[in-house]
Amino acid sequence: MFAYIIRRILIMIPTLVMISVLIFTIMEWPPGNYFDTYIAELEAQGEAADLQEIEELRKEHGFDKPPIGRYFHWAFGLLQGDMGYSFEYELPVNEVVGSRMWLTLLVSFVSIFFTWIFAFPIGIYSATHQYSWGDYGLTFVGLLGLATPNFLLALIFMYFANIWFGVSIGGLMDPEFKNQAMSWAKFVSILEHLWIPVIIIGTAGTAGMIRRLRANLLDELQKQYVTTAKAKGLHPFKALTKYPLRMSLNFFISDIGSLLPAMISGAEVTAIVLSLETTGPLLIRALKAQDMYLAGSFLMVLASFTVLGVLISDIALALLDPRIRLQGGSTK
Amino acid sequence: MTTSQQIPAPGAEMEHYVRGGEFDPKSVEKLTPEQEKVYLASQLRLMWWKFKKHKLAVWSGVFLLLLYGSILISEFLAPYGLNNRHVDFIHAPAQSIHLFHDGEFVGPFVYGMSYKLNMENLKREYTVNKTQVQKLRFFCRGESYRFWGIWKNNLHLVCPAKNGTFFLHGTDRLGRDVLSRMIYGARISLTIGLLGITISFLLGISIGGIAGYYGGMADMFIQRIIEVLQSIPSVPLWLALAAIMPVTWSPIIVYFGITIILGLIDWTGLARAVRSKLLALREEDYVLAAQLMGARPSRIIGRHLVPGFMSHLIATATITIPTMILGETALSFLGLGLRAPITSWGVLLTEAQNINAVALYPWLLFPVVPVIMVILAFNFLGDGLRDAADPYK
Repeated sequence: MFAYIIRRILIMIPTLVMISVLIFTIMEWPPGNYFDTYIAELEAQGEAADLQEIEELRKEHGFDKPPIGRYFHWAFGLLQGDMGYSFEYELPVNEVVGSRMWLTLLVSFVSIFFTWIFAFPIGIYSATHQYSWGDYGLTFVGLLGLATPNFLLALIFMYFANIWFGVSIGGLMDPEFKNQAMSWAKFVSILEHLWIPVIIIGTAGTAGMIRRLRANLLDELQKQYVTTAKAKGLHPFKALTKYPLRMSLNFFISDIGSLLPAMISGAEVTAIVLSLETTGPLLIRALKAQDMYLAGSFLMVLASFTVLGVLISDIALALLDPRIRLQGGSTK
Repeated sequence: MTTSQQIPAPGAEMEHYVRGGEFDPKSVEKLTPEQEKVYLASQLRLMWWKFKKHKLAVWSGVFLLLLYGSILISEFLAPYGLNNRHVDFIHAPAQSIHLFHDGEFVGPFVYGMSYKLNMENLKREYTVNKTQVQKLRFFCRGESYRFWGIWKNNLHLVCPAKNGTFFLHGTDRLGRDVLSRMIYGARISLTIGLLGITISFLLGISIGGIAGYYGGMADMFIQRIIEVLQSIPSVPLWLALAAIMPVTWSPIIVYFGITIILGLIDWTGLARAVRSKLLALREEDYVLAAQLMGARPSRIIGRHLVPGFMSHLIATATITIPTMILGETALSFLGLGLRAPITSWGVLLTEAQNINAVALYPWLLFPVVPVIMVILAFNFLGDGLRDAADPYK
């Protein structure tokens, strides 16, 4: 088991290196850099840019050297927890991101729990009551959730909140807490606002998961050992939970790997519409302004979370399922 | 032993029975015509039969065919042109179609609207004017357009009454008819999914094919790449790639750029499916036979292996088209995708970007309806195709 975990962690290293190279390439790709954009912007406004100062900044961040140097500078900085410097905010990226990253994570993880809490019983019900009205109804609602784009759901939520409660539901906390340090009151305020983005982000994931859980459980329920168990007079509940459900639990855990990127994706778009204080709106601005270290480090951290999530799900899977543990291979 | 069952003398004729008529060696396992139809049917025919049983999938297929057909004749279907502005009717609400006026049947018509600017909050207020009955005309001469940008014509499926209006889904902030724009927007939104899936299909089959056929180092390397692409959340990655495209690009190039971006990120799932199938299939005898006869790997993959699970691939692809359509919608909505003058459903929805627009002019959200319908239809169709892909099961 220990060897398996070690091997699994070692595989992560090349993956992370490749991700960083890919992200850096994307960030470097557009012609010009933040300074060019900045100078052009100032000139368009009829102001003279302080070329001397900009030239110094350019030197300081290695923009007079080839990109390779900048990549290593950035990558080694990341390893030490230094995410670079945001030109637009004129602050280290760590400070700009700070609490926003945690809020993004909070929203994503709560959304995953939301997904599980709803998908699990509904999926089981759908599979055990196949082709019943309940199954059809739930499947249809699930599909509808899958088909509605996140940002539209956000808009529709805002619309009805406006009509029914006459309030705007944007934001992730009451305005007065925005720049305060974390406190109990702030925490409560976040919880009060959290449910809307969580529902919006969680819906698509829930729908997908219900479908997959239903299909998986149906496959399992058709197997002969279930028939045998029932024929022997095992209580239907036990005949469901003891083996078939345990088998489909495997998939439930291995699904974290695909669920996490989807959650973060959904969270980004939803955050922009609802103007949440998470990373989404910041990322868009950074991308548009070519604030490359900010955008790049963001993407890198988000991707690392996913890689980490897959690692955790693989380890949990190995703990749960002796077949994977003994074979020593990852799941196919 | 009794005397009646004596052994006949050698050479004597034995008692036996001969059945008249011709001998048919297959008489026992003879198939009825119905059975013959089933057992001798081609694989494609079996798939079709199985698919036909899935009623919802069939109807979804018909619906999608109609929609895709409609993009050929958008100009004819739309009552107004794409960019025609009605300055007297800015942010006009949706008009509904009536059949009876004062208890009398007049056929499909709309009531006229009268407009008043509320001086207190500067809100445009439209009230339905029940005295004006504007009968709709069908197959009529209306605003002229260039069909496919070439032929000048002015025939429409439906037009408003003379000097009347027909805004079934209201108008936007420039007084453009939302319904007409939705009909034109289908052209972009529907094709972007197809083009994107084509790219992702080509990439998925070739890269997944290489990984599965050669195995070893190539497989290892490609697996890592797929892992990398799958672990970066797709929306941020789309955004980053879309941000690369210079603002100076013409809209049509941006359109192709977006399809390529969507395709470039989406192929990983297909490649995985192809790879795992190939890993199993490459051990088959017919592959060895082809190799011994000197067939090149590209021929073995393309000619012998891929057709074996093509139907599965098509079913998978059908289910991923919605992702593309949603992706385009999200990108355009966030302002990093398509831009005006190109009109897609996502671009139309940017009009409804803030809460004020949604609260005051909810009809701007109408383009959501086709998005949801198309995605549902593709999902149902994909389900049906997936079930039909394996007709022997």
